[in-house]
Amino acid sequence: METLIQENSMTIGLAGNPNCGKTTLFNALTGSHQHVGNWPGVTVVTKMGHAMVGSEGGGTEVDIIDLPGTYSLTAYSEEEKAARNFLIETRPAVVIDVMNADALERNLYLAVQILELGVPLVLALNMMDEVRRHGKDIDTRLLTELTGCPAIETVARTGKGKLCLLDAAFLLARERAGRWEPLRISYGPDLDPVLDEMEGIVEQAGLMAGQVPPRWVGIKFLEGDESIIRRCRETGPEATGRLEALSAKAAAHLKKTLRAGPDAIIADYRYGYITSIARKVVRYPEVADERIRLSDRMDQVLTHQLAGPLIMALVIYVLYILTFKAGKVPMELVQGAFAWLGQATEAAMPAGLLRSLVASGVIAGVGGVLGFVPLIMIMFFLISALEDTGYVARMAYMLDRVFRIFGLHGTSVLPFIVAGGIAGGCAVPGVMATRALRSPKEKLATLLVTPFMTCGAKVPVFLMLAAAFFPGSEAGVMFLVTLTAWVSALLVAKLLRSTVVRGESTPFVMELPPYRTPTLRGLCIHTWERSWDYMRKAGTTILAISVLLWAAMTFPGLPEQRARDFDARAAAVAGQIEAARAQGRDAAGLEDGLKRLGARRSEEGLRASAAGRAGVALESVSHLAGFNWRVNIALVGGLAAKEVIVSTLGTAYSLGEVDTKDPEPLSRLLAADATFPKAAALALIIFVILYAPCSVTIVTMARESSWKWAAFALVFNTSLAYVAAVAVFQTARLFL
Amino acid sequence: MNQCITLRQAQVNQKLRICSVNAPGELGRRIRDMGLMPGVEVMVVGKAPLRDPVALRLRDFTLALRNSEADHITVELLAG
Repeated sequence: METLIQENSMTIGLAGNPNCGKTTLFNALTGSHQHVGNWPGVTVVTKMGHAMVGSEGGGTEVDIIDLPGTYSLTAYSEEEKAARNFLIETRPAVVIDVMNADALERNLYLAVQILELGVPLVLALNMMDEVRRHGKDIDTRLLTELTGCPAIETVARTGKGKLCLLDAAFLLARERAGRWEPLRISYGPDLDPVLDEMEGIVEQAGLMAGQVPPRWVGIKFLEGDESIIRRCRETGPEATGRLEALSAKAAAHLKKTLRAGPDAIIADYRYGYITSIARKVVRYPEVADERIRLSDRMDQVLTHQLAGPLIMALVIYVLYILTFKAGKVPMELVQGAFAWLGQATEAAMPAGLLRSLVASGVIAGVGGVLGFVPLIMIMFFLISALEDTGYVARMAYMLDRVFRIFGLHGTSVLPFIVAGGIAGGCAVPGVMATRALRSPKEKLATLLVTPFMTCGAKVPVFLMLAAAFFPGSEAGVMFLVTLTAWVSALLVAKLLRSTVVRGESTPFVMELPPYRTPTLRGLCIHTWERSWDYMRKAGTTILAISVLLWAAMTFPGLPEQRARDFDARAAAVAGQIEAARAQGRDAAGLEDGLKRLGARRSEEGLRASAAGRAGVALESVSHLAGFNWRVNIALVGGLAAKEVIVSTLGTAYSLGEVDTKDPEPLSRLLAADATFPKAAALALIIFVILYAPCSVTIVTMARESSWKWAAFALVFNTSLAYVAAVAVFQTARLFL
Repeated sequence: MNQCITLRQAQVNQKLRICSVNAPGELGRRIRDMGLMPGVEVMVVGKAPLRDPVALRLRDFTLALRNSEADHITVELLAG
């Protein structure tokens, strides 16, 4: 655990189901005093904030930890594991279970599991406004009496009840002073005796002593909870063996008599206990079922068999347009500012390595990262809004059947679109959008294939090649490229899901929460958190990679002899120009010559650099795909950012600076290059669709999964791209 | 007591009561965590455009689940 938690301050855990308004309540309780932290060993992000209890001066500061949303504590998913480990290891003074009071019964399922652990618990009956709107009534006082937990009514959106809630939590924590009082539910005549026996064994062997109640360990053995069983085996292998034998015997007995596993029986009795409480506490209106809720009426249109997909296509299209059209202006402003800074630096510093490092390495690198920030902010704002309204769940619902064929999840559509499923997106926000996926395997597969999409930086490459080899049919080429990207992404996802990311699809069972209006404050906090995370983490790493690539394309540079040779010739031409001007003659031809000389020098310098030498060396392999050394260098440059492909190709073809927006001269040169036939152009298109993501994307992928998977994407995508490019080149050569 | 059918066979807008949940392992646990237990009353309120997954209305909330998951749940028809 991070050192965020101070020894002497009070820690309050905030638990609850997904979609219960927990994060909204967390924001209401802590205001802006919060920070994000990852728990060791898990990828789940947990947030921490501070609040003051006892407003009338002399208040006490408490730390509030926002646990991941879970339906249960069975520790199947990463979220559940993180929440449970927090409870066991940090032993918070008190836990607040945020409940969607509108679905009290199901929400009590988590509360009962926390109570079985014995942690002091306060129930926050959230969304009481919805409860009243639906004509229901909850007897809060009776709920407190029956559960033994203070129950406080809240409306997180407005902050109503939050002070009462904090006071109740504080009081309970003081009263219990760290004492855990586990709830004991009867699990019926078959399991209760077994549990009593297990309790004795656990107590005697001291398994997880001082951490969790002995009976709870027994329940976990019956539930077949691998992580608890493993922990017990480490400290008491003999007792663990006995417990396992007991639970196997009980399981066999239940199978024979009730035809159900112990975990099903346990859940059955838990719900029985909950239902007996809920029946007394919740009063339903007599005619509720007849009145169809607004949310259900909306679903009849929004998930309609025909209208649903059409509306979804429109929503996705608008999301895309808003992100990239509205993001265009601020993005160009940021990029323009960095371009200006680069030029100003070049003007202010003497020519040389240091200037080149600062202008081309540092400023261009940092600018490349920050240029994406406006896009990321807008995209996250919109996606958070879609998530908070409940629409993302409906998208997953409607698209799941299609994406499941490829081992993905309905929600995979979001990252694909953002990354360039409609040509012109960006893989960086696309990879970050995979956060909307809750199932880990589907998320990983989506993340790995998302960079195939046609991002805005790849578009100039395709347009340039189309102009050179398929003049007049640029639009058709772009369409086919986009289609190829989708087909490749889906097929490769299928391939990955049946090899390296193998495994049963995660159960889909998912809540379709009622449609709700998101709060602006919540959206802004989400957006800022995610964007800042990107800037901070990507910024440092990208800077290093950018400097590294700059060095690879600069050193060792031209041999001294050759450089002096160029200097002498340039000086000679410059002298001629001056002489011509002095005599009043036209020097345009000579000036052109000087420019050509500079461009040739750049070309030779590039070829002599480490990247250039790699490009030349790679020719022995790449000629099978029809790529010459110039293309190779450009592709190596494309690892930094795909925008670099066209400009590097320009340098390699002695064109000097090529404007990415107007690559026409390069198109003409390429079309005329006999060593670069049409078949090679096709192979290059395929290669650029598939090969390694750019460095910013790689770093983002590592942040969203792990460096192992980011490295996998680098190697696997490039190998795949090479094989595909060779196949295309060799086939196309026969026909073209 | 009526005959139990699998949830996949249920029609939209029929009132149903769950007879049994027979899913093994993680799937069974996820289904139970979401409140789908024997005795609970449910209604299929919609099907996705490709008729899979289905939307299931419980008394207090709505769930979506795949047909392959619905196969593990049996239900009986309720009158009305």
